[in-house]
Amino acid sequence: MSNLFHQDVLTALISGGVIAGIPLLLAALGESISERSGVLNLGIEGMMIIGAYTGFVATYYLHSTALGFLGGAAGGVLACLVMIVLCVWLGLDQIVVGIAITLAGEGITSVLQGAQFGTTYPRLGATPTVSIPLLDKIPVLGPGLFQQSLLVYLGIIFAFVLTWVFRSTNIGLNLRAAGEKPEALDAAGVSVVATRSYAVLSTGALAGLGGGFLAIVGAGVFTPFMTQGQGYMAIVICMLGRGKPIWVALASLLFGISLSITTALQLAGIEISTDLINMLPFIAVMVALVIFGRRSYLPPALALPYVRGAR
Amino acid sequence: MTPAAETGSSVVDLRGISKSFPGVKANDDISFDVRAGEVHSLLGENGAGKSTLMGILSGIQTPDSGQISVDGKPVRIDSPRKALDLGIGTVYQHSTLIPALSVLENLMLGDSGKLRLDAASARTRLEEFGTILGVEVDPEARAADLALGRQQQVEIIKALWRGSRLLILDEPTSMLTPQAVAELYTVLGRLKSEGLATIFITHKLHEAVSLGDRISVLRRGRMVGTLDAEAVASTPPAELEEIVIEMMFGGAAESLTDAAELRVKVEEAEPAEVRQRPDHAVGEPLLELIGASAPGAGTDPGVEDVDLVLHEGEVLGVAGVDGNGQRALAEAIGGQRRLRAGEIRLFGAPIGRLNVMKREKLGLHYLTDDRIGEGIVGGLSISLNLFLKRIGQPPYWRYGSVRKRAIDERAEELCKQFDVRAPGVETRAGTLSGGNMQKVLLARELSFGAKVVVFHKPTYGLDLKTTLAVREMIRQLRDGKAALVISTDLDELLEVSDRILVLSRGRIVGEAEPGPGAAERIGGMMIGDVSLSLAGAEEAA
Repeated sequence: MSNLFHQDVLTALISGGVIAGIPLLLAALGESISERSGVLNLGIEGMMIIGAYTGFVATYYLHSTALGFLGGAAGGVLACLVMIVLCVWLGLDQIVVGIAITLAGEGITSVLQGAQFGTTYPRLGATPTVSIPLLDKIPVLGPGLFQQSLLVYLGIIFAFVLTWVFRSTNIGLNLRAAGEKPEALDAAGVSVVATRSYAVLSTGALAGLGGGFLAIVGAGVFTPFMTQGQGYMAIVICMLGRGKPIWVALASLLFGISLSITTALQLAGIEISTDLINMLPFIAVMVALVIFGRRSYLPPALALPYVRGAR
Repeated sequence: MTPAAETGSSVVDLRGISKSFPGVKANDDISFDVRAGEVHSLLGENGAGKSTLMGILSGIQTPDSGQISVDGKPVRIDSPRKALDLGIGTVYQHSTLIPALSVLENLMLGDSGKLRLDAASARTRLEEFGTILGVEVDPEARAADLALGRQQQVEIIKALWRGSRLLILDEPTSMLTPQAVAELYTVLGRLKSEGLATIFITHKLHEAVSLGDRISVLRRGRMVGTLDAEAVASTPPAELEEIVIEMMFGGAAESLTDAAELRVKVEEAEPAEVRQRPDHAVGEPLLELIGASAPGAGTDPGVEDVDLVLHEGEVLGVAGVDGNGQRALAEAIGGQRRLRAGEIRLFGAPIGRLNVMKREKLGLHYLTDDRIGEGIVGGLSISLNLFLKRIGQPPYWRYGSVRKRAIDERAEELCKQFDVRAPGVETRAGTLSGGNMQKVLLARELSFGAKVVVFHKPTYGLDLKTTLAVREMIRQLRDGKAALVISTDLDELLEVSDRILVLSRGRIVGEAEPGPGAAERIGGMMIGDVSLSLAGAEEAA
């Protein structure tokens, strides 16, 4: 067991945890935007896998990581348009539409991948990293935390920005009002439909970006069903973090570590069936729900379509 | 607030407004105006078209035809935003404050233009309003933590926040204590002297009469008439009420009897203070709570150490500001919530361990305040709703299967007896109006061997006629049965109860009998004004 605390193992654990945690972080922050506005976005898993696919394809053909990320975000936006039209504009059931988007996303990307690449899974090259001077020299933590893709830093900064948006901007206040009591927002002269549309739009972009990161930086390859329920995990994280961006970010990184533990254990030379280890993150989710589930906070108007004048 | 151009000039003028919904003409050729510096009372039954008319003014509904002018200029109000921009602020019957947000956040909602919230200037503005209205509000307090009267003051400030010159108040007193109502009157008086125009919508006669400079009456979507300022000022209130009742119910032959009946009831009900209560024998204790405590749920508090005895032939009222443990008390008695401590007895036998159905069979029935949520099942027929608590019981069910004919026959009888107006017993209960829904629930809870009935806000949101009918049904229980009436409407309790207990912060803090000065005494106890309730006790002794 002493190997487990070897420097390389810890570094790999942290670095892997951050890389695995960023897709969760982006998706969970996105989910907290739409949940704050009263839209339960169960389609986030589908938006992630579509983002992973479009991100991968963009990087593969355009040979640019940045364009790849953009492609991922665009894929997520495309998928979330369905949700905006059906749920926000037409007031259909958010749960049903969300599940449909997830199933469709998984199916469509598998088919497209098969049609394009057959049974081969082309790999992307290494992605550029940005090192933060001095900080990256800290033993153990340095290489793991401060030698990462630019998007990692941006994602973490975004958590702070989002905190500010929620707390001290008009947009944030409108979002919260749309989820707490949409009729009050409507009476105040702000369109609930527009507020929720923008919220879901940003969720789509963030989820797609997260999916893109997973394919481009995390795996370097696109395989069907590669998100493996991470979108659902993001929903749980958002709930546990009570929609507060900083808590959501911290929880995402912790879950990221539980996702990356497989690699670390292999490095440490500990032989446990990988099937067992792959279950870890999901067990972590269940344990966290049992412990913290009662503390979770969901907006009162969550998942309720808003129709003016209806009671 | 911008000062009005000139006192007495029309701020908003409606001409020939009509609005139809499928099957009903909610507003039929209504003309109505309100002037700067006046309070214009708008009176009418539920369904008379008040809400629709206000919806049209506040931009939630658009009229099919007719003309609206603001300051003499024709306008189209097609969204709430437009209404606000035109200077029309509305305080809705149901709070539009967001409970989880602070007072300041609630007020800033909808301040568009800049990205950043301007908390500093909002704070200053709130202080200004506080001075004008003569109230003090903590800007950082969560809306949910404010007392209802205070919440309403915030709502009024919110309605005026962007410089409104017309304030619409929709049933503003329905949930307030007498003290809070008095405060509201003061606030409205101050606003009036600032030149604000106010439309005061109510179905309470004495409020319309005592507060309104002019009074208009709506009936079945039509404007019956407007009493102008001179008429209102020169007529004594009692006579004025007569005239208004005539306007509300007079005319058609069928409703003439209603009107006559009503007048008797109003005479009986209005001077609650001086009314003589016929003495009648009170029998054995039927329901007893001894040191009963029940847990709260969510934001709704529990009750602690409640002692209460309900005798045969008695109507016992429980007064209190909403959210002081009413629901916990009602559900603990009804069997929907377990007691944490203490004992509950029915006919002398402990029933603390019995579930709802067993208590029902013993004759203890509970009429919920949550009509739509837990009272009825909207998707089921009226008859099935009437038998919701008897599922599986003979003679309506036999060998596990429903006997539809037995149910429908009994349901038809009940509908006739309780005056449920519906196309038939097969009608889905969810399509009924609030009043008819309540009658279905009353039919269910007052029949099938009811002996002790717990009412929770029995007339909340009902129109005058249904309200009076419900109160009459409660009074009839004094004939060998018993009723516990938990209500936030103090007038109602003063009218129906033999005794009134006061619930505050989950405890019974006092008891009073209806009589001179009872309203003030109970109001004082409701808000925990110890000196007042002590003085009341001395007075009583």
